[in-house]
Amino acid sequence: METLESYLAEHPFLKDLPPRHRKLIVGCASNVRFDAGTYIFREGEEADRFFLVRHGRVALEIFAPGRGPFTIQTLREGEILGWSWLIPPFHWHFDARAVDLVRAIALDGKCLRGKCDEDHELGYEILKRFSHVMEENLKATRLQLLDVYGDRR
Amino acid sequence: MVIDGREENERELAAVGLTVPRPFEVRAYAKETYDTFTLDLVPADGGPVSFLPGQFNMLYVFGVGEAPISVSGDPAKPDRLVHTIRAVGAVTRALGRLRRGDAIGVRGPFGAGWPVADAEGHDLVIAAGGIGLAPLRPAVYWALAHRPAYGRVVVLYGARTPEDILYPRELERWRSRFDLEVEVTVDRAGTGWLGNVGVVTTLIGRAPFDPRRTVAMICGPEVMMRFTAMEFQKRGVPSPNIHLSMERNMKCGVGLCGHCQWGPHFICRDGPVFALDRIAGLLGKREI
Repeated sequence: METLESYLAEHPFLKDLPPRHRKLIVGCASNVRFDAGTYIFREGEEADRFFLVRHGRVALEIFAPGRGPFTIQTLREGEILGWSWLIPPFHWHFDARAVDLVRAIALDGKCLRGKCDEDHELGYEILKRFSHVMEENLKATRLQLLDVYGDRR
Repeated sequence: MVIDGREENERELAAVGLTVPRPFEVRAYAKETYDTFTLDLVPADGGPVSFLPGQFNMLYVFGVGEAPISVSGDPAKPDRLVHTIRAVGAVTRALGRLRRGDAIGVRGPFGAGWPVADAEGHDLVIAAGGIGLAPLRPAVYWALAHRPAYGRVVVLYGARTPEDILYPRELERWRSRFDLEVEVTVDRAGTGWLGNVGVVTTLIGRAPFDPRRTVAMICGPEVMMRFTAMEFQKRGVPSPNIHLSMERNMKCGVGLCGHCQWGPHFICRDGPVFALDRIAGLLGKREI
């Protein structure tokens, strides 16, 4: 039977994380599932955890009054959802909605911040991995801003 | 009598229909997106047509002018030419006004195409953005017609919005095949869209292919191709195996006029498809 620790070991975000660190964070982890159409979190709510997506797709949405909700990014298996748990004041900036059935591992933000404060090597590992995700997102956002596909209608 | 080398060369080209337009007739017009349409052309003389995936023709609207347009049809159908065109200038807008039965001049096919034969034995990853799917569609047809010759065949496609997706029904058909991986993403969408949202480069990291034995073919806006090529390199695809279709101001189509010169290359003759290692120093260079 697969355990939480083995799920953590398999997820690309935590790939090659030393077993010692994996054992440290497994206590902050729990299995979660969201049915299609349900909101995983909402803009403005407390960002108290983040998610390693194991199955399904998550739409990150932003609501513009008068224009309705827009999907700005889709996340799927192997990707991570949320980094606001890492940055004060720990509130979500977008809505996250399960597009289809989503299975994920939730990591408790307060618990993980505590472990990172106690063990700076773990903190550095986690921050390195989040920096990479942020850099990839920043690059993608810049390309989106370029609107490379020609003149707007 | 040999007058001089250049004149002789021009005569040879004229003889095979490369400098003199060949009359064609519009057999069908189809609107694809708000600014993009497809023309189905048949030769007025009833003769065959031939082209390689990735090649382009100069389409001549009589009294208006010529525009270089990649062939987007099936190379296995020698009775017609299919061109998907985005209306962005005087000639392409005039092309968009043509309807069934109208006459048009065609010169070509020109240029070096996608290395579909050299890619045999490899995984084939086709990455397209916007109307860049049109020049790559013949390569997909080719790969499907010669499917056992390739490893995995993957099509990655990005568009601005769901309404801008080119050939949506064909993409759906391809996606339903068991021997083809198709991923589509859009830059932005309303919540009614259940597919991917994000730029096309984000599809490369999770696409199923073996980078050491992959040939990548990329077509789209130049900036999209640059970043897409970088992602393929990051995955470990060797530069000589990454191919891009460049566009410049092609005029004569045969490397004589110099309008499309790009560093040491004439795109109409040496391209439009180039391996990344041949052009890496030129990509993103503002001065040329």
